[in-house]
Amino acid sequence: MFDFNLVINYLPYFLKGIGYTIGFSLFGIIFGTILGFLICLGKMSKMSWLSLPFKAYVGLFRGTPLLVQILVINFGVVPLILGQSNSIIAGILALSLNSSAYIAEIFRSGIQSISEGQGEAAATLGLTNTQTMLKIILPQAIKVILPPLGNEFISLIKDSSLASVISAPEVTYWAQAMNAQYYRVWEPYLTSALIYLILTLSISGILHIFERRMAVND
Amino acid sequence: MIEIEHLKKCFGENIVLKDINFKVATNEVVVLIGPSGSGKSTLLRCIAKLETTNEGKIMVDNVKVTDPTYEIHKMKGKIGMVFQHFNLFPNLTILNNITLSPINVKKVTRAAAEKEAHELLKMIGLANKADAYPSSLSGGQKQRVAIARSMAMHPDIMLFDEPTSALDPEMVGEVLSIMKMLARQKMTMIIVTHEMGFARQVSDRVMFMDGGKIVEQGRPEQIFDHPQHLRTQNFLSKILV
Repeated sequence: MFDFNLVINYLPYFLKGIGYTIGFSLFGIIFGTILGFLICLGKMSKMSWLSLPFKAYVGLFRGTPLLVQILVINFGVVPLILGQSNSIIAGILALSLNSSAYIAEIFRSGIQSISEGQGEAAATLGLTNTQTMLKIILPQAIKVILPPLGNEFISLIKDSSLASVISAPEVTYWAQAMNAQYYRVWEPYLTSALIYLILTLSISGILHIFERRMAVND
Repeated sequence: MIEIEHLKKCFGENIVLKDINFKVATNEVVVLIGPSGSGKSTLLRCIAKLETTNEGKIMVDNVKVTDPTYEIHKMKGKIGMVFQHFNLFPNLTILNNITLSPINVKKVTRAAAEKEAHELLKMIGLANKADAYPSSLSGGQKQRVAIARSMAMHPDIMLFDEPTSALDPEMVGEVLSIMKMLARQKMTMIIVTHEMGFARQVSDRVMFMDGGKIVEQGRPEQIFDHPQHLRTQNFLSKILV
């Protein structure tokens, strides 16, 4: 029923796919975090004309399906900029932009969880807003931000499977290729499921260790 | 040192401060008393520019604090503020809480800032706590550190917003004694407090506020022993049992 030899034959492709899956999620979380932080700052601006575009951005990317965003970026945005479609760039771009909208909200709730008194004390001591953010607010907020950011990373690993529709050679793409080649269902898809499971469980394990380390200073 | 003219402050429809006028001279210790909701804390927060104001002006050392373009951090800690809930930075050690601002704002060298911080810690009786984190300190100790942290910026004036209200009774004394020491050192201070004995001891002037107005002010013996206004009498009779 379940032919392990087929899986072993296809292992090199799956390993390649794992590389791309990890790459997509890693770039997605890195760019998404940088972008998400900037969007969060923009969104929290007290000037409404400045915060409005950032609010619209978050609304747009959270309110439309990631699959649609991947299609639009791969077949629309990337060809417009590069002259041709590129599934790797489109995948990373779509995942980064999409996750940045969620990460912006994670940053916002983390920053807002720090009492206003912290910022007030810093201001009366003469610290600028930037100094206060970097030295007081963020170091405290990071403890609140890290767990949901880890969840976002785990979501990204799973969501990166959607990049298979634009033929980005990640795990799900190879599972589909294997399915097409051997006309088998269980071997490719159960293998890909297992790969995702191992990846997400490892990440949540690593994050757990991180969180425990940070809690030591409390 | 401080001049306040026709200050008005509203939170939405609610007028919290109505036509406040007073001056504070250098080296003067002024205590603000009054029922809760009378606007004492808001007045302090307006002076520290933690609140925007609606009308009137506040001048601190000839700087117009109420100017809308004026930002608090430009004062570089010259108006020290001590809060009811301490607001120490929990991510920094006690030493770093005190040196953060001198190093980053005044650009003092780390060595010089730490030397002074250790002197301040000795002064407040917490020399052995330099490397501890705020979470390991008692409320009274936290508030003493908060005072030292403000002092490290060599403020021209210190504002105290109910500094002992969040403390267990047995810790009130240790904080008040630090403040008495500052008063002896001729620090200019405005203090919002419910500690009437302390107010009488340290203050040069007591101001009684009610309903967003300064109802009565004068020497402490005059306010506490011979209050002129009915509202002052009522308030003091409730508080001085």
